[in-house]
Amino acid sequence: MNNRLGRLLDPRTLPIVVTVVLFAVLFGFGSVMYTGFFSLQVLLGLLVDNAFLLIVAIGMTFVIVSGGIDLSVGSVVALTTILCAIGAERLHWPVWVIAPLVLAFGTLYGAAMGALIHFFRLQPFIVTLAGMFLARGACFLITTQSITINESTFHAMAGFSVPIGGGSLTSGALIALLTLAVAIFVAHFTRFGRNVYALGGNERSALLMGLPVARTRIGVYALSGFCSALGGFVFTLYVLSGYGLQAQGMELDAIAATVIGGTLLTGGVGYVIGSVFGVGILGTIQTLITFDGTLSSWWTRIVIGTLLCAFCLLQRIIERHAARRKSDGTGLGADVAKPADKSAPTHGTSTIDLAKMNPTTLKQS
Amino acid sequence: MKRGMNRIQAVFGHQLVWPVLTLVALFAIDVAHRAGFLSITLLDGHLFGAPIDILNRAAPLVIVSLGMTLVIATRGIDISVGAIVAIAGAAAAVVLADDPSRIGTALGAALAVGVLAGIWNGMLVAFVGMQPIIATLILMVAGRGVAQLLTGGQIIPIGAPGYLVFGGGYLATVPCSVWIALGVTAATALLVNRTALGLFIRAIGVNPVATRLVGLRSSAIVFSVYVFSGLTAAIAGILASSNVRSADGNNAGLLLELDAILAVTLGGTSLLGGRFSLAGTVLGALIIQTLTYTTYSIGVPPEATLVVKAIVVLVVSVIQSAAARAMLLRQLLRAFAFAKTKPLTGNPQ
Repeated sequence: MNNRLGRLLDPRTLPIVVTVVLFAVLFGFGSVMYTGFFSLQVLLGLLVDNAFLLIVAIGMTFVIVSGGIDLSVGSVVALTTILCAIGAERLHWPVWVIAPLVLAFGTLYGAAMGALIHFFRLQPFIVTLAGMFLARGACFLITTQSITINESTFHAMAGFSVPIGGGSLTSGALIALLTLAVAIFVAHFTRFGRNVYALGGNERSALLMGLPVARTRIGVYALSGFCSALGGFVFTLYVLSGYGLQAQGMELDAIAATVIGGTLLTGGVGYVIGSVFGVGILGTIQTLITFDGTLSSWWTRIVIGTLLCAFCLLQRIIERHAARRKSDGTGLGADVAKPADKSAPTHGTSTIDLAKMNPTTLKQS
Repeated sequence: MKRGMNRIQAVFGHQLVWPVLTLVALFAIDVAHRAGFLSITLLDGHLFGAPIDILNRAAPLVIVSLGMTLVIATRGIDISVGAIVAIAGAAAAVVLADDPSRIGTALGAALAVGVLAGIWNGMLVAFVGMQPIIATLILMVAGRGVAQLLTGGQIIPIGAPGYLVFGGGYLATVPCSVWIALGVTAATALLVNRTALGLFIRAIGVNPVATRLVGLRSSAIVFSVYVFSGLTAAIAGILASSNVRSADGNNAGLLLELDAILAVTLGGTSLLGGRFSLAGTVLGALIIQTLTYTTYSIGVPPEATLVVKAIVVLVVSVIQSAAARAMLLRQLLRAFAFAKTKPLTGNPQ
């Protein structure tokens, strides 16, 4: 029992535990305050209404775990909606041609940014900022109008849903769940996932260990580009139109969800599942405000900002606590202990992972 | 001969060469497009002309970028300035909506919320020890909500003539906002270059730990840099709200933080801290405004400005990148060496 409690309070899992508890508390608060809130329908509605954000946040989690940041996600989502709308309405291409094309485009876009970041040693912040401008500008160059999609396959896909209990899951939500499963597998059970954690923990160590830093970093941004394009596709299904002003500020929501989900912006620490609960918390706040009806929409932003602040403070407290423990309470080793602290989760995600990794490492040697 | 080469090298090695060349190139494009671009006329005691227009519109960006320069010089970043611009404008508008004659109070309120926001950011960065991008992200997310809370979600019109002077009035034939931008630039330059503050800021940017060990109160300096950034954002907020005669919590200063960071980078300030140039920043801000003006005047659709900006950011950061220059040099050398050895390789045995 004590051991289990200790694991919950472990500095690496504490933020995610707090996130899950907060999500439960928020949902419980809504259930107590508003009739009809506590239902499977509302819970599934959270997933349906935030499917695109979830997909984008999953990509963002990988980027942030690798120690970078991707500001271009929102504008890539907008560009994807426009490309889908143009493909469907102007060029009359079928959806199974459009979808792979936009996904490939997003992946290449991300990979190009990753290559610039890696080979020219540019700051991820600046490069993805330029990527954001470029994608948003490209949207407006293509069209400044909102294009409504009337194509029947898109409507059929958007209307498709699987009934579960009292509610139902749309195709977008199903895609999000599939993405989540694949992302968890990639993060914790593949060599690429391991490399991402290693790169975020300490780039130099990763390089000296012989890990493919270039391939990993470009891959991470390509993955984020892919997730943004997929999120954009799901968003297109959700709104059935393409518009250049769509998804403005989504990068902030995605970063906020990731941070609230317990991922450290310094890199090396974080879980994909945490971001799911981060998105869940953002969605619940919005649902709460909708249910209340008297609160104005801007409270969403203020509450998200406050939560972001609370979680960042929590992370700082945990970091300091961990650093002090390592330096025997003198506090002198705080700066020295930090790098070690960051790389710790690389070998501590779970015992199962280590067991899985051993055969591959043995094979390599 | 050699001395001449050295001088050319010195000129091209100077930090400000690239921004100046970029600005000159943009002006050249404008002049080529419209010969009367540089002409300034005096109408009703006011100066008119494209350069004046660019200066006038660039004023808020110049002011915000100055604050941003100092923040970036300490290895930080402040992405909340756009939100602070919105909050400051909202605060002033709320005071003026109550009583249009209380201009002093409105200005005081705007500056006070700006400083308050800066104190919040500075506290999180310097004393709590958060990463600057996260610490200011909090205010960036929440700030627009706060601005809308102040304005009640409405766009509040501002009608007080005394307040509108700041963004739309003229003083000695030149727009007031240009004077204010000049004043802030001069004050910042004096503060940084005539006191030891500039040295301290550079020292923190180069090596924060060493700076602390030497005995400088680095956290106090970092803190004050963020407060200064909040103050400059508030001044820009006053100019912006006065210029458009309204306070809009949602759209005031939208993407301004990105333009400011862009201006700072264009001016040759390193994002890694320790190296900064106020003159470069002013040039950078002017480049951005001239770029916008040029795209409009040439007839490129206004939406393309974003694409042009993106390309400029990429080109400038690649030029600034040591790794890119080294790679280019290596390629050149290889091409040169290859050309030299070609007769040999072309004829084996």
